[in-house]
Amino acid sequence: MFLRSGQRAREQMIRLFFFVAAATSIITLSLIMLYLLLEGLPLFKTVSVLDFILGNDWYPTYDPPSFGIFPLLVASFAVTVLSSLIAVPLGVMSAVYLAEIASPRVRGIFKPLIELLAALPSVVIGFFGLVVVAPFLQDTFDMPTGLNLFTASLMLAFMSVPTICTISEDAVYSVPKDLKSASLALGATRWETMWRVTLPASLSGISTAVILGMSRSIGETMVTLMVAGGAAMLPLSLFDPVRPMPASIAAEMAETPFRSEHYFALFAIGIALFLFTLMFNLLADHIAHKHRQTGAATL
Amino acid sequence: MYGSLDAHDLKRLGARKRKQGVMFLLFRVAALVNGIALAFICGFLLIKGIPALSWEFLSEMPRDSMTAGGIWPAIAGTAILALGALIVAFPLGVASAVYLSEYAKPGRVTRFIRLGIANLAGVPSVVFGLFGLAFFVTFFGWGVSILSGVCTLAVLTLPIIIGTAEEALKNVPDTYRQASYGLGATKWQTIRRVVLPAALPGMLTGSILGLSRAAGETAAIMFTAAVFFRPTLPSSIFDSVMALPYHIYVLATAGTEIDKTRPLQYGSALVLIAMVFSLNLFATWLRARLQRKNQ
Repeated sequence: MFLRSGQRAREQMIRLFFFVAAATSIITLSLIMLYLLLEGLPLFKTVSVLDFILGNDWYPTYDPPSFGIFPLLVASFAVTVLSSLIAVPLGVMSAVYLAEIASPRVRGIFKPLIELLAALPSVVIGFFGLVVVAPFLQDTFDMPTGLNLFTASLMLAFMSVPTICTISEDAVYSVPKDLKSASLALGATRWETMWRVTLPASLSGISTAVILGMSRSIGETMVTLMVAGGAAMLPLSLFDPVRPMPASIAAEMAETPFRSEHYFALFAIGIALFLFTLMFNLLADHIAHKHRQTGAATL
Repeated sequence: MYGSLDAHDLKRLGARKRKQGVMFLLFRVAALVNGIALAFICGFLLIKGIPALSWEFLSEMPRDSMTAGGIWPAIAGTAILALGALIVAFPLGVASAVYLSEYAKPGRVTRFIRLGIANLAGVPSVVFGLFGLAFFVTFFGWGVSILSGVCTLAVLTLPIIIGTAEEALKNVPDTYRQASYGLGATKWQTIRRVVLPAALPGMLTGSILGLSRAAGETAAIMFTAAVFFRPTLPSSIFDSVMALPYHIYVLATAGTEIDKTRPLQYGSALVLIAMVFSLNLFATWLRARLQRKNQ
């Protein structure tokens, strides 16, 4: 192209403008990290990192206070693992159904339905758990409280199913048709083709989906705040009340004096939460890129 | 065709087919469970919520320390926060998507930017809340206000807007761009006059989804914008605001009159789902229409 130098400079400026806009996400992410550290690290002037992570007692308002988040960490992992045990089979199987089994008409109904499930605000799911599921479980199984680890995991599972389902569905749907046709031509049934060809070929996409679903569970606040029970102790059974990390932050921040030790401790929990989800997301990204599948040739 | 198969083979084929039938049934049931869960939640809230709904409930201020009256300020607050977030995030998200789709060459920098967006999308909403508290509320000194909440929600919805805007840009056929270059247009002229107008409807669809996400968000506005009660509607962007999701949370968990306000809780939850779902259904309908038009 023959551009006058003024015009060329202008084009360059515009390009720079768009680049800066695109960099906002990185800048914001860095700012989030920076401000979590600025407001969270002062805690470690008085509390050692080891006591913070492995301490068994979370009594932030006692005198002297105690800031051990081990029970909160365990609670977060427990609800995440348990909810994944429910959500992964449900999400992946729904995805396979949509991509492989359902007729286009059924698919056209179910896909928007699952997207709608994803759009349910978490406070509504928490509310539903609080007023319907928890009392029901409490009465049916004669528990001391319906607000516990199990109920929270159940509600979280419904939050992460849409995430897991939509991402795995993309992965399963994009398996090249040649592969499936080859398998069918060798005499395999549709199920055998699905189990031995389609699923292995889409495994990396499904793993990404599962990790992102777990990341969503570990960070989810309103559901754990409303139905996990809120007791900051190590759960001994499935039906003990727990207090996962996000619930602790949300429940206590309002009553915390500004820049008190407790305030710093809540930001320190935020750092832990941020690092966990960052790890999950980087892992998901790594798997998605390393095993990116572009066609039959890459298998 | 079955000439070479003996009875044994046929029996095995039957067993394999049966296995397929059983497995397919399992997968069907799994998908159905999701549909049933959604129908159950919505149906329940619909049945319990409808009796609470009335024109007064939607249009009046709360009375008697929130045990009676309407939820108008919470509805208005949620609309203000969500629309505000969109106004901030939309131009930024679209510009970001234009860079990624029209300018960026595959390489380390682009990969880094994409990684940043993916990770921003994965940050838990309560962490956005903490960030908003430390950055907008405290560092900028905006206090617990609409402005702080809008900015926090804008950051939260940015990845959604970028994702859908980029998708819309990718759907603009390359022939459009080539035709424009062929007429001697520069890159910027092509983007402004050809690519952006063609992608705009798709971008709007995506922004509706961002709007719906922001409207349902609770944890991000808890420390940055929302208060449980204020006697008047906010009059400036530095005022705090009531919001529907936060309203539901507080009514359902705090206070001494939890059981007395149950009908209000159901009503509020129903209004929130109605807002979010109508936005999502509108976006779905718009997308379907666009796809048909493109074909």
